[in-house]
Amino acid sequence: MHFKREFDFVKLSKPAFIFSIVLTIAGIIALSAFGLNYGVDFRAGSNVDVKLSKNVTAEEIQPVLSAIGVAKEDAHITPGDQRVNIRFTKVLQEDQDEKLKAEIQKLDKSASFEINTVDPEMAKELGRNAIYAVLISCIGIIIYVSIRFEWRFALAAIVALLHDAFMVVAIFSIFRLEVSLTFIVAVLTIIGYSINDTIVIFDRIRENLRFGKQKTREDLAKLLNHSVNQMLMRSLYTAFTVFIAAFFLFLFGGESIKMFSLAMVIGLIFGAYSSIFIASPLWLLFKYKQKPNRKAVKPSKA
Amino acid sequence: MKRIATFIIVVLVAAGIMAWSTPGLLNGVRLGLDLKGGFEILYEASPLEAGQKITKQSLTRTAESLEKRANALGTSEPEVTTEGTNRIRLKIAGVTNEAEVRKKMKEPASLTFRSAEGCKAPAENAQPKDIYCKVELVGSDFVENGASVGYDQLNQPVIDIKVKDKKKFADVTKRLIGKNLAIFLDDNMLSDPTVRQELTDGKAQISGSYSIEEAKQIRDTINLGALPLKLTEKYSQSVGATLGKQSLQKTIEAGIIGSIVILLFMIAMYRLPGIIASFGLIVHTWLLILVFVWADFTLTLPGVAAFILGIGMAVDANIITNERIREEIRNGRSITSAVKAGNKSSFRTILDSNITTIIVGAVMFAFGTGAVKGFALVLIVEIVLSILTNVYLTHFLLSLLVKGELLKKPKQFGVKESEINAL
Repeated sequence: MHFKREFDFVKLSKPAFIFSIVLTIAGIIALSAFGLNYGVDFRAGSNVDVKLSKNVTAEEIQPVLSAIGVAKEDAHITPGDQRVNIRFTKVLQEDQDEKLKAEIQKLDKSASFEINTVDPEMAKELGRNAIYAVLISCIGIIIYVSIRFEWRFALAAIVALLHDAFMVVAIFSIFRLEVSLTFIVAVLTIIGYSINDTIVIFDRIRENLRFGKQKTREDLAKLLNHSVNQMLMRSLYTAFTVFIAAFFLFLFGGESIKMFSLAMVIGLIFGAYSSIFIASPLWLLFKYKQKPNRKAVKPSKA
Repeated sequence: MKRIATFIIVVLVAAGIMAWSTPGLLNGVRLGLDLKGGFEILYEASPLEAGQKITKQSLTRTAESLEKRANALGTSEPEVTTEGTNRIRLKIAGVTNEAEVRKKMKEPASLTFRSAEGCKAPAENAQPKDIYCKVELVGSDFVENGASVGYDQLNQPVIDIKVKDKKKFADVTKRLIGKNLAIFLDDNMLSDPTVRQELTDGKAQISGSYSIEEAKQIRDTINLGALPLKLTEKYSQSVGATLGKQSLQKTIEAGIIGSIVILLFMIAMYRLPGIIASFGLIVHTWLLILVFVWADFTLTLPGVAAFILGIGMAVDANIITNERIREEIRNGRSITSAVKAGNKSSFRTILDSNITTIIVGAVMFAFGTGAVKGFALVLIVEIVLSILTNVYLTHFLLSLLVKGELLKKPKQFGVKESEINAL
């Protein structure tokens, strides 16, 4: 596939900016209004996943819980296909989880368990570490890209990267999707992918900048459009293949990485989108600022 | 012809090695607990006495002691690692008597000698641990594996213990002559004999009306290793073996389906170069497994996810190269020079974009814990391997085919004659 005509991405970037800003505001509202739907990892208590050889109903499980001395309101049962999830709001004591296992094994001999006991402090700490990791990564990226390219590329790439990460968080908040520890891993991966995707396009802009002198704004806009168009098929193909990988993980992967894959799928779409519609036009905006007054703006380590 | 022969030999030899070694390698991959079942506990350590500090040394010693206990209980390959300044992560796979192991691990079994010096006057019916508030000697003051069962004059079983620093013990006993020196195992008082004289031989005796079995049990608990620090469980995960296997199987299935779709897409898009790209991707995956086995990395579920996603990202390197070659052909270059130029300029692009991703991965590895660390590790290894296979190897194979004149028409690169601009 090869497009004969070139798309005007500079023009298209306006609605894209509006779209992203609207979504960002919606995300901020959603986040401040109802926050995130934290999964087990962020709430104290115990989480029990049981794999069974048959389907059970919540009614069948309830007596088991009474037998181990857990009040009805302290446990939440979610039956699934040949599996059941029980979420306890209090941490199960050692003898309790043994009893629970024994009781459920009475219902089904081949039951297999996954029991997690969580101290929410740990998950929060991991989340905090992840935020630090992102910020420190940003500094690393700024330094590297400023050396290899220039600071305008670095800044534009960082904005796009934070945009992608925030979009995933926002969508998870708006649609009340469950946030677990793997979600943090997913957001970090998206950041890795997003920067990778953006740099490839920037590389082409850098290359095209070498040929010929761009004097006016029109020249720059034309150069940008040309560069993005040159990389368009690559961007689409790559986004498609990575999307395929994440999508199949979401569709067929194990229960524990479903939400991870979903976050990846959403993030990948935004990552491909932001490279073209956010990062590149932003670079152009920064570059415009430089042109009229001859004095170059000092690089800032934002 | 020589080049074609080289190409065929390289491909056949590589394919042969991969086919021959893969089954063995797959068995050699060390699987994480989430994939094979087992349990993981994260402990937070605190000093035995308030006000004491946790040193790097005491944390390491606690970890070693935990490992000893796990080994003594006959578990296979327990993994004990220290984290940060006050945490210890314990992983034990394939345990059948989980509850017992857990209890034994957690039992601090810390032997202490305490006195009532400087303590508040005991309230009525106060617990012994409240009466004897001052810790005189801690577990690490006693000789390791030094406890033994003996008999006193009345032929009652007693437990003999040895103190490492005779002088310290002498000082303590001298100071406490006429007072009680209580012997505690954790918070349970075993006995509180009155000190009659200064003890200079560094030997102490725990007596009580123990049966021989009880005495032996106490001896074993003491010898299992007193933990220099107190541990509390912060996080625990226990995965049943069936559940772990199911997760692994499902994820691998999803990965295989995804990979096949990607490979088919590459071949459909790029024809013969697409086949080379697919070959590069397969070698890439094989190398990744090889690195895992050689470096003895543990593969966890997030690792598998990174693994499969990394394949998607490795495809990018091939796409960039092939798109670049197409572009050069469209600009009117000959096939030979287009492939050369395409390989060269795509290399820089791939390097820059991959290095930035490695920076992200390295930061994740440095700051992350547990799942994040495992994920970052796979990501970094994968990017490095991707540069080797999807840049060097595929570029090499492609140029062999071009020089061997097997690839000479633009059509073979998926470029129509009508798209080519004259120079």
